[in-house]
Amino acid sequence: MWERITEKLSILADAAKYDVSCASSGSNRKNSNKGLGNTGNGICHAYTEDGRCVSLLKILLTNHCIYDCAYCVSRKSNDVKRAAFTVQEVVDLTINFYRRNYIEGLFLSSGIFSNADYTMERLVLVAKKLRTEHRFNGYIHLKTIPGASNDLLEQAALYADRLSVNVEMPTEQSLKLLAPDKKRQDMLNPMTYLKNSIQARHEERKTSKKVPVYAPAGQSTQMVIGATPETDLQILLMSHFFYQKMQMRRVYYSGYVPVSNDNRLPSIGTPVPLLRENRLYQADWLLRFYGFTVNEIVSPHQPLLDADIDPKLAWALRNLHLFPVDVNKADLFLLKRVPGIGIQSANKIYAARKYALLNEQHLVKIGIAYNKAKYFITHGVNNNNYKELTAMQIKDRLVNQAVSKYKPNFSPQMKLF
Amino acid sequence: MHTFIYNGSFEGWLTAVFEIYEYNINEEVVIVKDAIYQPSLLTQEHIVTPDDTKAKRVWNGLKQKLSPRALETLYHSFLSEDKGIENQMLQYARLVFSNKLTIEHNFSNSAILKITQTAQKVRRERHRMTAFVRFQLTSDGLYYALVEPDFNVLPLIIKHFKDRYADQRWLIYDNYRKYGIYYNLQTVEIVEIAFTESNASSGAILYDEKEALYQQLWQQYFSSVNIKARKNTKLHIQHMPVRYWKYLTEKRDFM
Repeated sequence: MWERITEKLSILADAAKYDVSCASSGSNRKNSNKGLGNTGNGICHAYTEDGRCVSLLKILLTNHCIYDCAYCVSRKSNDVKRAAFTVQEVVDLTINFYRRNYIEGLFLSSGIFSNADYTMERLVLVAKKLRTEHRFNGYIHLKTIPGASNDLLEQAALYADRLSVNVEMPTEQSLKLLAPDKKRQDMLNPMTYLKNSIQARHEERKTSKKVPVYAPAGQSTQMVIGATPETDLQILLMSHFFYQKMQMRRVYYSGYVPVSNDNRLPSIGTPVPLLRENRLYQADWLLRFYGFTVNEIVSPHQPLLDADIDPKLAWALRNLHLFPVDVNKADLFLLKRVPGIGIQSANKIYAARKYALLNEQHLVKIGIAYNKAKYFITHGVNNNNYKELTAMQIKDRLVNQAVSKYKPNFSPQMKLF
Repeated sequence: MHTFIYNGSFEGWLTAVFEIYEYNINEEVVIVKDAIYQPSLLTQEHIVTPDDTKAKRVWNGLKQKLSPRALETLYHSFLSEDKGIENQMLQYARLVFSNKLTIEHNFSNSAILKITQTAQKVRRERHRMTAFVRFQLTSDGLYYALVEPDFNVLPLIIKHFKDRYADQRWLIYDNYRKYGIYYNLQTVEIVEIAFTESNASSGAILYDEKEALYQQLWQQYFSSVNIKARKNTKLHIQHMPVRYWKYLTEKRDFM
């Protein structure tokens, strides 16, 4: 029997791993009932050999699926081993892993068997058992199954910390091409419903603490990158839509890992677009934390992010007329926009300069990437020596001094192996 | 030159600071742990006996001029056990006492920046310990874990584990500093029993019958979630440095 569980775990963890979200933060569930667990800032308990955080037990309830989405490893037509957990098996695994401090909680998704409601009901049942029978206060992330009834969404939101529906493809056309049975609207409907009810509950909770917590870590979604021909502009505009209109906490970008010989898709053996994924996350951070707008990062004239430099540096080079900025005077907003100065360093500089004028040594010790920032800043009497350089010259200098693990990817020559 | 020799406790360090002010010493001063002190003829020795009243006075003095966060920072930097950190902290305290306004954000001062960055280092280790503790269930229902943290962070993780595992008895033992924290379902106590790997492997500890199974399931899970096409060993090691592998259920077999 235990061998069967081990086998199921390997099949259903393997099938779930293409969901990149592993966040366990954003919720604040206290262990007030002397039960088990709590949530806070999120902890990565381990990292896989590909360097990704393992925070949650991320599994599918089953990989049986009635859909045939070309990009998905669990698609109906794919010849893979199928398995299904029982509700109790998932509950036991979660509790026993959690008690040993392996995980922060559960991320439960599923292939669609029979219909959406039937599947969603099982997911909700797992969460309900954990919360009520085991007094479990750890993190629970449930996948919302497109087409599930609002009634079930309500219940899910009462037990889970985070809910997510993956839009999968950045545009409707791509979705139609690769997942003909799925409609984009079916994904947007539950998102919209949950967005509205989360907002409403949030307002209610302001007046009465008796209103139960309701999906306290909000919603997230994911797009597959590099399987279809969308530009970074299209992708980032989509993210912008999710952040602004759907109040998403996170949008994840998943570089397509070839899992199929389907001729609509990059063939097996095509490298995963790791660099592009990385640049998209950098752009995403600029949108969420640095006060950038999408059209500052990409535009219809330049719809793709630079491969060889990061989007913040690219922006600065396009806007050299704003630089150099005086680190001892510039406001925080502009400090954060200097390449080589991150949020933390910007805050430190802002606090420290009240005591003394900062010079190069101070800045280096505070921890800014001085070799990058020096082209864009002045400090004290020492004026910027790089004013005469053009954007191209600065870029050349920076690219040549940088050692990037992605460097082989910059080469225009195609690699055969 | 004066050398203040203390017992290595935070209270001892606070007492030393009190006495340095009490004797009004303005020449060169070093504070050093008795365990690593090497007598010298060139210095005047002072043996510090930790004193609650003196320690409290220094602490309260610091409290008046520092934010709670900065006080915490000072304490955290102490837990780094870095060689000479006592003296950096003394410099920090002197700056606090000699300025009217708080100096905690004056990062252009090297002592202040050093203390801030050392505390940051300690907090990173605290965070790692909340992540890398791996409990094993014994046959008498105790969840126990061995760790060897870079810094003395057990005092900083008590609350985290007490809040989280309120309904199970647990013990986290620092095999390097030879003490542990034990939760008995009510309170957390410091314990100093010898609880080492050798008695674990010699069979002195009996495990719950399902312990081995769950460890195996976890190892299986850990290898199944890996995506081979994305292999990135450098990043893996950066996040999970090899020195922690010894006690990590999922990594110890790779050592």
